[in-house]
Amino acid sequence: MLIGIPKESLRGETRVAATPDTVGKLIKLGFEVAVQSNAGAEASFDDAAYTAAGAKIVKGKEVWNSDIIYKLNAPTNDEVELLKEGQTLVSFIRPAQNKELVEKLNSKKVNVLAMDMVPRISRAQSLDALSSTANISGYRAVVEAAHTFGRFFTGQVTAAGKVPPAKVLVIGAGVAGLAAIGAAHSLGAIVRAFDTRLEVAEQIKSMGGEFLKLDFKQEDGGSSDGYAKVMSDEFIKAEMELFAAQAKEVDIIITTAAIPGKAAPRLITKDMVLSMKAGSVIVDLAAASGGNCELTQEGKIITTENGVKIIGYSDLAARLPAQSSQLYATNLVNLTKLLCKEKDGNIAIDFDDVVLRNMTVAKEGEITFPPPPISVSAAPAAKPQAAPAKIEPKGVSPKLKFFSVGLLVVLFALIGLFAPEKFLPHFTVFVLACVCGYYVVWNVTHSLHTPLMSVTNAISGIIVVGAMLQISSGSFIIGLFAFIGVLIASINIFGGFAVTRRMLAMFRKQQ
Amino acid sequence: MVFGLIHMAYILAALLFILALAGLSKQETAKLGALSGIIGMAIALVATFGQVESSIGFILIIVAMVVGGAIGVYVAKRVAMTQMPELIACLHSFVGLAAVLVGFNSFFELGAVAPETVTIPVDATAAEVAAILATAQSAAGQVAHAMSVSELNTHLVEIFLGIFIGAVTFTGSIVAYGKLNGTFKLRVFKSAPLMLPGGHWLNLAALVISLFLLIWFMAADNPPLTALVIMTLIAFAFGVHLVAAIGGADMPVVISMLNSYSGWAAAASGFMLSNDLLIVTGALVGSSGAILSYIMCKAMNRSFISVIAGGFGNEGAAVEDEEMGEYRELQAAEVADLLKNSSSVIIAPGYGMAVAQAQNAVAQLTEKLKARGVEVRFAIHPVAGRLPGHMNVLLAEAKVPYDIVLEMDEINDDFENTDTVLVIGANDTVNPAALENPNSPIAGMPVLEVWKARNVVVFKRSMNAGYAGVQNPLFFKENTSMCFGDAKDTVEKIVANI
Repeated sequence: MLIGIPKESLRGETRVAATPDTVGKLIKLGFEVAVQSNAGAEASFDDAAYTAAGAKIVKGKEVWNSDIIYKLNAPTNDEVELLKEGQTLVSFIRPAQNKELVEKLNSKKVNVLAMDMVPRISRAQSLDALSSTANISGYRAVVEAAHTFGRFFTGQVTAAGKVPPAKVLVIGAGVAGLAAIGAAHSLGAIVRAFDTRLEVAEQIKSMGGEFLKLDFKQEDGGSSDGYAKVMSDEFIKAEMELFAAQAKEVDIIITTAAIPGKAAPRLITKDMVLSMKAGSVIVDLAAASGGNCELTQEGKIITTENGVKIIGYSDLAARLPAQSSQLYATNLVNLTKLLCKEKDGNIAIDFDDVVLRNMTVAKEGEITFPPPPISVSAAPAAKPQAAPAKIEPKGVSPKLKFFSVGLLVVLFALIGLFAPEKFLPHFTVFVLACVCGYYVVWNVTHSLHTPLMSVTNAISGIIVVGAMLQISSGSFIIGLFAFIGVLIASINIFGGFAVTRRMLAMFRKQQ
Repeated sequence: MVFGLIHMAYILAALLFILALAGLSKQETAKLGALSGIIGMAIALVATFGQVESSIGFILIIVAMVVGGAIGVYVAKRVAMTQMPELIACLHSFVGLAAVLVGFNSFFELGAVAPETVTIPVDATAAEVAAILATAQSAAGQVAHAMSVSELNTHLVEIFLGIFIGAVTFTGSIVAYGKLNGTFKLRVFKSAPLMLPGGHWLNLAALVISLFLLIWFMAADNPPLTALVIMTLIAFAFGVHLVAAIGGADMPVVISMLNSYSGWAAAASGFMLSNDLLIVTGALVGSSGAILSYIMCKAMNRSFISVIAGGFGNEGAAVEDEEMGEYRELQAAEVADLLKNSSSVIIAPGYGMAVAQAQNAVAQLTEKLKARGVEVRFAIHPVAGRLPGHMNVLLAEAKVPYDIVLEMDEINDDFENTDTVLVIGANDTVNPAALENPNSPIAGMPVLEVWKARNVVVFKRSMNAGYAGVQNPLFFKENTSMCFGDAKDTVEKIVANI
């Protein structure tokens, strides 16, 4: 079958749905690929490179005759007109918001797969275009902020004075947020991050950020589809107080909070912006869906009266066209692998595959959106069950402790009462040696436990001393027993030490 | 003056032993530690030679030492690292037996006039020997009069305890050896726990009877040898039953426990002989073994008592037979591809790697992957294998650098950011049921959280359950694939494909 890659018609769009690299991969799967002339020009992929990879370059609207169309943005009305029955279209659709478009496509009996409907299950990660795009946006948000911010990110002590590091607050630790945390951290900034989902705290730390935890009774914003959900009013109030306090302190705020299918939550109010220092920067990644900041204007940088710059670009990913195209195109290749299991260049939309079922918006003249809910990753659902399973490590109960201390006291008293004087010095040595052994052995590293056992084995062969002293008592029986004792204890001593040395000689450090 | 010198030598030896254990705290100082142990032992032996009175005794000791030493060194050189647990169990039994022998000798020496002329018929049974010895002994009881009453009593208790602990160590270690070796046909040597009817009551009875024997032993005018012999036999049986009742999976605890016992046996002998060096060494070894047992138990989230009382997962909580779903299978070549495309790999080995002798192939795999720029690390669960630290020794033998071999606590958080985890012959130590299913027999046991990685490949011979008899939900997770076959063959095939 023929896959067509049209040039994106949306103004300002720099990306393309296939790169020379992925064209090669699609051909390997048995497809033919037609690329509209100049489709990749903005992303620095020229027609010659596509031709070299095996694609056919076609002029104008011819590309829309292909069996399968791969593109980025949802088709415009003109483009919908070009589609014909039986074709398959793969692009971002946003079917919940674009009902009209879906109906129009369906009336033309086009099969439609929405790249924004990839379910968040582990198997589908390789085609999750939202994640790959978000990753780029997060990175670019930091670059834009750094470009606009009039200072260093990293702290320095120079001959010309001390430079404090920039403080960055990232709101929302999804893929974009985490990418932003990582990028800002590696530029040297102090990064703080907030998210309603408590389980991301570790991920934030792993990227080098500090998790701001609300002083609020536990409410976890995670939901079983892997995205955040809407929070209660009290929670939002507490959250806003936190942002207000942070706004006064930080230099850069990057907001990434989005709830799928809804307008972006308002997190940064006008008052907060006005309380920020002059020269501070806000990057609003939710600008396209209304913005997290009250003052955001989509597609623009604005400067407020107190000198705060608010970046409202909604095309951050498109600002890294080559990279974005490569990742998105790879997502499409991975989708193709699902569609074409036989690698024979023919696709089948198999509704038994939950990934394909979820992505398919229209098929053979039938609207199949919304898909039946699928339970995502087991992780969030399993958590409530997992909690009671965390059985406390069995500690020593206070009763038992009391009892054993009591027993020890009684034992010591008995020894004191009945034991002869000669016994006591030995007992002193014994108790002290136990304590000494206790502390020494706790220090032994786990990996040396086997050598520890063989060493203790060897030195417990010291019992040979007893047998040696008894051997010359004159009695035959005693002599015999002592002889055997010396013999087997020697096996222990020599064998134990020899095997320890053999083991230790094997341990080596990485060169 | 000579006495002072010997005493000082003993103190020096004791100090060197402590240094030996302290040296093992770090890899860098471990060899030095072993050396100081050897020097300490040499000093102790020389000092003791100085006290041997008769030249015949001198010669006998030399002969015994040469023979014993030769056997020891020979075995130590030849033993395969996978057989380490067996060797250690075997060595424990020697200490136990030596303690029993020294204990009996101490008892005989009580009668300093112990008849040299006692003749024992070649075909005498154990009971007859005991009878003859007892007769000889009764005449000799007076020697004890040289001691005060309380001194005598203390001494008798020391002898009794020393022999008891020694005997339990002796037979317990032999059973542990048999279980680990696995080639013996006898039922007690089978890995599965052996529970006699009566179970714990038999153990309790053995202890109570021994206590009565002790009272009898001390109360009689002339301490009867018979009591001592009966007690020894009971202790032998007790040791067998104690260890036979423990399943193969609990062997790390058992070995550590026997290690501890052998130490206490040596310490008891030290009291018997009023020898501080023995006491110190015994106490060191005893506490070392006790700590190791504690660490092992903690790693399995079980109380020490429940392990030594025997039976885990084989009473009550039956194996759940619920349907776990389907598993996916990968071939060696596919695993090789997966590894080539990973940037970080963690290998979680278990007893299966030791059984298949796969450590060298695994090391080769590690080298190859590292050469391709893949980060490879090892995750070792504290109870992986049949001996504390068993996996570390195997990997060290295969020349895997120790700084990429990490403990559970060090690496458990890293699984999330790992591309591929290879589980080689481990099962219960990577079972998510321990955290997720409160009804699981292994609930609450800390495990390696391998399932958090992007891909998990489990090398297994078949779909059989692990030692704990618990099905493993890991095998049915979406990101898990199974690779069936002998671990060594499979890993070698993968190496060939990279």
